[in-house]
Amino acid sequence: MTGWSQALRAPSMAASDTPTFTGNRGLQVEEKLIFEQDAPGRCGVDLPEPPPHNNRLGGLARCSPIGLPGLSEPQVVRHFTRLSQKNYAIDSGLYPLGSCTMKHNPRLNERLARLAGFADIHPLQPESTVQGALELIDTLAHWLKVLTGMPAVALSPAAGAHGELCGMMTIRAALSAQGDARTRILVPESAHGTNPATAASCGYAIDAIPNNARGRVDLAALKAKLGGDVAALMLTNPNTCGLFEDEIVEIAAAVHAAGAYFYCDGANFNAIVGRVRPADLGIDALHLNLHKTFSTPHGGGGPGSGPVALAAALAPFAPLPWIVHGDAGWRLVEHAEGAAAAAIGRLKGFHGQMGMFVRALAYMMSHGADGLRQVAEDAVLNANYLRVRLADALTQSYPGACMHEVLFDDRFLKDTGVATLDFAKALIDEGFHPMTMYFPLVVHGAVLIEPTETESKASLDQFADTVNALAARATAGDAASFHAAPRLTPRRRLDETGAARKPVLRWRPNAVQRDAAD
Amino acid sequence: MRYLPLTLDDRREMLAAIGVGSIDDLFADVPSAARREGLLDLPLAQGELEVERALSRMAAKNMVAGAVPFFIGAGAYRHHMPAAVDHLIQRGEFLTSYTPYQPEMAQGTLQALFEFQTQVALVTRMDVANASLYDGATACAEAVAMAHRITRRGKAILSGALHPHYRTVCQTYAQFSGLQVEALKPTPGRADPIDIDGDTACIVVQYPDFFGELRDCSALATRCRQAGALLIVVVTEMVALGAVTPPGEMGADIVAGEGQSIGNALNFGGPYVGLFATREQHVRQMPGRLAGQTVDADGRRGWVLTLSTREQHIRREKATSNICTNSGLCALAFTIHLALLGEAGLTRLAQLNHAAACNLADRLAALPGVRLVSECFFNEFVLRLPMAAASAVAALADRGVLGGVPLSRFYPEREELADLLLVAATETATGNDIDAYEAALREVLR
Repeated sequence: MTGWSQALRAPSMAASDTPTFTGNRGLQVEEKLIFEQDAPGRCGVDLPEPPPHNNRLGGLARCSPIGLPGLSEPQVVRHFTRLSQKNYAIDSGLYPLGSCTMKHNPRLNERLARLAGFADIHPLQPESTVQGALELIDTLAHWLKVLTGMPAVALSPAAGAHGELCGMMTIRAALSAQGDARTRILVPESAHGTNPATAASCGYAIDAIPNNARGRVDLAALKAKLGGDVAALMLTNPNTCGLFEDEIVEIAAAVHAAGAYFYCDGANFNAIVGRVRPADLGIDALHLNLHKTFSTPHGGGGPGSGPVALAAALAPFAPLPWIVHGDAGWRLVEHAEGAAAAAIGRLKGFHGQMGMFVRALAYMMSHGADGLRQVAEDAVLNANYLRVRLADALTQSYPGACMHEVLFDDRFLKDTGVATLDFAKALIDEGFHPMTMYFPLVVHGAVLIEPTETESKASLDQFADTVNALAARATAGDAASFHAAPRLTPRRRLDETGAARKPVLRWRPNAVQRDAAD
Repeated sequence: MRYLPLTLDDRREMLAAIGVGSIDDLFADVPSAARREGLLDLPLAQGELEVERALSRMAAKNMVAGAVPFFIGAGAYRHHMPAAVDHLIQRGEFLTSYTPYQPEMAQGTLQALFEFQTQVALVTRMDVANASLYDGATACAEAVAMAHRITRRGKAILSGALHPHYRTVCQTYAQFSGLQVEALKPTPGRADPIDIDGDTACIVVQYPDFFGELRDCSALATRCRQAGALLIVVVTEMVALGAVTPPGEMGADIVAGEGQSIGNALNFGGPYVGLFATREQHVRQMPGRLAGQTVDADGRRGWVLTLSTREQHIRREKATSNICTNSGLCALAFTIHLALLGEAGLTRLAQLNHAAACNLADRLAALPGVRLVSECFFNEFVLRLPMAAASAVAALADRGVLGGVPLSRFYPEREELADLLLVAATETATGNDIDAYEAALREVLR
């Protein structure tokens, strides 16, 4: 153990509590909203006078001000630099959010996505002028097909939940084409919230299946719920408890025997990439989050990309556009005609998240078949290493080996007066982003930790030492310090209840300013 | 491999600590039939240099918009991006952070989203905006679903001048939801005949419309209000709002927009950023994330994600939408670009776009046999050519000019639109570009 444990033994408010004149604290600088830095007429761009022209706005020219603030370039650069400094990021440290796969985002990918030949081309240019772009998309599709073992991949979905929508719509379309109007979707209780939300938006009723005592789908309960009205099972594998569904072959067989489809949420594909092909598990449709397994940056909440691999029975229903290769090179199929006559339609404008495709392909090519397999192995190794390093202090929900993430619950905090939330906030003061809390819903006060393969052993050790020390502190009866956490961040614990009760969702000029403007 | 920190020694030590003999033991739950022993049939690892070479080769096969006279719009617009935008969004603290679930570690992202929401509300003249959706087309589909929830009525009417991709996305989203979508016929240059009945949940119009035309929707807003339907106004070119009356002022209930043209490159169609704004009374029916102002334990102003009881991670099948990941970084780019522009910059930028489009339209419409179909427009218009527009576009591309989109690409079944060409001009078009376009089109029409 090194320096940080010292502070744990002697928690100190120290100098950080002494108020400063500015409210700033060294490198933590208070920053007003851009609207509070306005000077009318000031501008961060220099644009020429418009040339003479015959105005054609008709009667619709704008006649009142918009209300946007005027800032110069140095003010804008400083503003957003200061804001950035109030964020934690993978670039700054371990980000063990379970089910989120916060791995390193290679900078090569950023450079390549900005090549003018990818970034400065319009989606509606003639196909002859974008052959390289279509080739890239088709190459990405090839990689994804080989990795999943599935014959087709729909690339347009913009994120994981959008991929779910794509998968469930193709399933519903396939059933409709057979004149089969099934109404129910089975979803395990441990599923991501997007699964039931997606199924509902496709007009389905949701039927929850319980977990068994080993943290997997209860096969008997599943079989009991299967019937002629079940359209599909939506299952995450490895599941959100960080466990591989070891009865998945039997699950798939039971689902298929009932005439239903098997949808897999591939959010956790990182655990098995290059080692297990979903097609070999009997899966009919599976979305992949390029922003998880394939390292495209999360960007503070997107953009993502959620391609969907499809079995042969579902492929004819894949959304538009399709990319096909023929005598004249690559071509976009943009209308539901010919081979694409059964396509479900379009899920977004244009052709998909090209910028993410470039990054993901660069990532896959960098790793190669060998490196991707190593990714899965190191991700699983890192998670299991943390599992054993934390085994004494925390309470693992389902004992035994895990996949790429490990699930604990709050039994280790029993009678300490410390809740999972408090524990997470204390980790913030230690300089770590907390793990996923209170998800999955199947255990009490869940603590779901996913380190990913891009953490070093030293980084894992430091994290484990910290969590163990915090657990010891909680057990020792120091609940007050947890309740007060975080103390060292730009803002201390924020009032989320108050925010929801009286929502303030935008800045408005105050009365004084409004009067002055009038 | 350069992205993997574990050494062989680390792996051995860690396996020993775990108490297993090999990595395969940790994959023991995988059914044996599904275990792949060897490598999949894909290339092996490569260094940066090799990957960069391979992808650069593909990039080089494309005709770069900035390298040629370029006049394509149709929902994605090429504007000059100030250098600071891309520099700032590449700061690792923005680029590599997650959705701000731990607000104390994400005040930067949250404050930027609050500024984004305010900017979108100001520019559209609406009360509130969300923290972004995937793109304009999905924002439009979400708006239709929201109108369905609010009015509990069963029909959405889409203007024939709505972007055809938006139309099909609405139809795709609605096909299994029990909502009936009625899409009117495209009639460039003419207004839609819109009938609102007692089962109409919403009317969706685009402004400026897909064909570039500017139409006042105030009267339509009044009719909607009287009939108890919502008016959804779609904006695909936000720069226009620097020059024209905002939809909120004309009575829109929901504005669904594409924010790409501010802050974001063309990127061959994505990622872009969906904008979504509405009236105060509908806030709790909105899809997507919302950043809200609050205070911390010391009473200092701060920001959090709020009203999350609308969202899938809390409400599951009863959520207002299934959306989770949105377009955070594209929204940030929008915010930075618009902060640089400000009131004066956006106004001037819009004037420059309008001037370029008016001058181009005058030049091209003077060519023999060419007619300007559009009357009032911002930076995009429709021309009727004396030949099939698709052939003209192909011939222009052969001459190194990207001259627009033939409407036949969207409406192959409508022969009456075959000669129509949709053309856009932004501030990036130079006088030389316009000369080159005119000369090339003259040659093609000869």
